[in-house]
Amino acid sequence: MNLILVAVISLGVIGLISAVVLFVASKKFAVYEDPRIGEVAEVLPQANCGGCGYPGCSGFAEACVKTGSLEGKLCPVGGQPVMARVAAILGLESTATEPKVAVVRCNGSCEHRPHVTSYDGAHSCAIMNSTYGGETGCTFGCLGCGDCVDACQFNAIHMNPETGLPEVDENACTACGACAKACPRHIIEIRPKGKNNRRVYVSCVNKDKGAVTRKACSVGCIGCGKCVKVCPFEAITLENNLAYIDPAKCKSCRKCEQECPQGAILAINFPPRKPKTEATAETVKETASTAEA
Amino acid sequence: MKTFRIGGVHPAENKLSAGKAIEVLALPKQAVFPLSQHIGAPAVAIVKKGDKVKVGTKIAEAGGFVSAPIFSSVSGTVNKVDSVIDASGYRKPAIYIDVEGDDWEETIDRSVELVKETSLTPEEIVAKIKEAGVVGMGGACFPTHVKLCPPPGCKAECVIINGVECEPYLTADHRLMLEKTEEVLVGVSLLMKAVKVSTGYIGIENNKPDAIRLMTEKAKNYPGIEIVPLKVKYPQGGEKQLIDAVIRRQVPAPPAIPINVGAVVQNVGTAYAVYEAVMKNKPLFERIVTVTGKSLKNPSNFLTRMGTPMSQLIDAAGGLPEDTGKVIGGGPMMGKALANTEVPICKGSSGVLLMNDKEAARSEAQPCIRCAKCVSACPMGLEPFLLATLSAHKEWERVEKEDIMSCIECGSCQFTCPAHRPMLDYIRLGKGTVGGIIRARNAKK
Repeated sequence: MNLILVAVISLGVIGLISAVVLFVASKKFAVYEDPRIGEVAEVLPQANCGGCGYPGCSGFAEACVKTGSLEGKLCPVGGQPVMARVAAILGLESTATEPKVAVVRCNGSCEHRPHVTSYDGAHSCAIMNSTYGGETGCTFGCLGCGDCVDACQFNAIHMNPETGLPEVDENACTACGACAKACPRHIIEIRPKGKNNRRVYVSCVNKDKGAVTRKACSVGCIGCGKCVKVCPFEAITLENNLAYIDPAKCKSCRKCEQECPQGAILAINFPPRKPKTEATAETVKETASTAEA
Repeated sequence: MKTFRIGGVHPAENKLSAGKAIEVLALPKQAVFPLSQHIGAPAVAIVKKGDKVKVGTKIAEAGGFVSAPIFSSVSGTVNKVDSVIDASGYRKPAIYIDVEGDDWEETIDRSVELVKETSLTPEEIVAKIKEAGVVGMGGACFPTHVKLCPPPGCKAECVIINGVECEPYLTADHRLMLEKTEEVLVGVSLLMKAVKVSTGYIGIENNKPDAIRLMTEKAKNYPGIEIVPLKVKYPQGGEKQLIDAVIRRQVPAPPAIPINVGAVVQNVGTAYAVYEAVMKNKPLFERIVTVTGKSLKNPSNFLTRMGTPMSQLIDAAGGLPEDTGKVIGGGPMMGKALANTEVPICKGSSGVLLMNDKEAARSEAQPCIRCAKCVSACPMGLEPFLLATLSAHKEWERVEKEDIMSCIECGSCQFTCPAHRPMLDYIRLGKGTVGGIIRARNAKK
C-alpha cells in the first residue's frame, strides 16, 4: 500500500515540476508568428502539391501574409473560392484569374502511331526518354509509361489502355502542373479552360519535317502552315515545323480545326457541327465576329 | 597476375570472331555522317548539297575545343545535309554522300610500309591528331587531343594503353593487335612523345595469349613500352580500373580525372588511329568493327568506312538471323540496343552484336532481397541498390551525397543481381539529373 502511495506521489511531483518548466519555457522562448498565417493555412486545401510555386500550403500562406499582396498568387487546387476567403482574411482584394486545366498535346494512339520497336527497360517515361526515341517512329510524342499519372495527387489523369495515351479528368484536374513537370517530353501544357470549357489546341509536339512526321504518325502536325493562314486572329504561330495556338488570342472559331489536313488540331467540348458545310461556314463567321466584339 | 582491386564480374566471354582475320568491307552506296560522333560540341558541316568530295576530305569542322572534325570516308557527291536516327535513338543532323568510285585525297600516304621515325615536336603531334579528328576508339569517343593537353598543375607520368577489350563478344582490338602490331606500338611511342613521358604500358587480358606474346616480342624494339598481362575481369577496360590494375593508383571521385594521378589512358584503336594520322596523314574515317552473335552465320571483323549502314555489315556476315531479339551497337555489357539497322557506323562503333530472342529477353524484376551482390560487384565501391532506389524516389540530394557521379555505368550490378532489378536504368536517370543539377549550380557561381 505504502509502495503504491510513494510511487503515485513521486510521479505526481515530477509531473508538476515538468509542467512548470514547460510553461515557463513556452512563455520565455515563444516566437511570434502572425496569427493570420495560421488562419490562411486553415482555409487552404492542404494538398501540399506545390502547384502555387511555394513549398506546400504553409509556405504559400506565409508568402501571402508576408508580401501583403495577392498579385500573381493562386492556389490552383482551391481556385477562386479559396482565394476569395484568403483575401477576406487579409483584407485584400482577390484578383480574378482564369481557370486552367492540363492538356495532353499528343494524339498518337496505337492506331495512329504504329509501334516499330518494343521497350523492355524499367517502366518509366523518364528512363525510356533517356534511352531512345521511344517505341514508335515519333521521337517527340507520348511514351505511355504514365509518369504523369504517378505525379498526379488528385487522381485526375489516367492512361487509356486502348489509345495508350493519358487522359485528363477536367473536373478533378486542379492545374497544379505536377504532370507537366513530370513529363520528360513536355507534352502536357497547362492551358486556360476556355469559355464554357471549350478550347482549341494543336495536339502534337513533333518538330520533325513534315515527311518524317507523316511517316511516323497519321495525326501529327506536319508544319504545313494552313492553320496559320486561315486564322483570322493571328493566334497561330509556326516554329520548327510545329504550329502552336496562343490561348490568349484564340477566339475558338474552329477554322483551323477544319483546315488541318492531318486532324492534328482538336476542338474540345464543342457541340457537333451542323452537317451543311455552307451553314457551318456562316455560323463560324458569326461566332467569330461576336467573339471579336 | 594483376587486376583491379574493387569489385568486378566475369561474364561469359563468347569471343566468337577472335580467329577471324580483318576483312575489308565493300563500299556502301550511300554513306551517312552524323555531326555528333564524339563527346562535346557537335561538328559544323562545311559542305552543301552538290559538293564533290574525295576520300579524306574534311566535311565538318570541330564545333569547339572539346570537339572533333569529321572526314568523308568515300568519294562522291553530297546528297543532302539532313538528319538520321543514330545510335542514341534520336534524329540528329547528318551529311549524306552518294558514293561514286574510290578517289582518295593526294595528301594521304596509302603505302603499307611502316614509318617509325618522325622529327615532329610534341606540339606538332598533338596538332596533327586534332586536325585528323581522332577520338577515343573504345566507345566513349572523347576527343584525343583534349586528353593530351593536361590542365595546368597536372603532369603526365605515363601512358597506359587499353588493349583489354573486356566486353564479351568483341574482338576488334584483339585482331588489331595481332595484325597491326608494329603500327600500334609506333602509335604508342607517338602518344608518349606527345605528353613528354618515357614510360608506356599496354594492358592486355590473358584471354588473348597470342596478342600478349606477339606484342611482348615486338615491344622489345620500342624503349619504354611494357606489356602488362592482366587477369580477365570486367570492367577492366574502364579507365579508372585499368589505372588501378596497371600502376596501382586510384583516381579520386569526380571532378578528378586520370591525369590527376599522372596517367593518360588511350585505347589500342586510338593508338593505331594516331599512327595513321601522324605518319600517314590519314584522317580518321575507317575503323575495325566486330559483327557477331550466337545465331549469326559468319561472325567477322570488318575494316569499315564510317557512314556505312549497319545492315550492310550484317549482310556481309551472313544476314540477319531469324531469331534476332535485339541488335546492339557495341558490346553486350555497355552497348545500346538500336532502333533500326540503318544506323551508320560512327567513330565509336566497336561492334554490332545480334542477340537472339533468348539472350535478349529481360527477366521480370523481383523485389530486392538485400543480398548485396551488387555492392560486391561494383568496381567503384558504390551501393548500386541504394542509388537505384533513391533515384526512383527522386531523392536527388541524397543520391548526390552517395556519389552517384562516380558510377561508370558498367552494368556489373545489374548483371549480378539475382532479382533482375533494372538498377542501372535508374542510376543512369539519377546520374543524368544530378549532372544537370551540378552544371546549373556551377553556372550560377
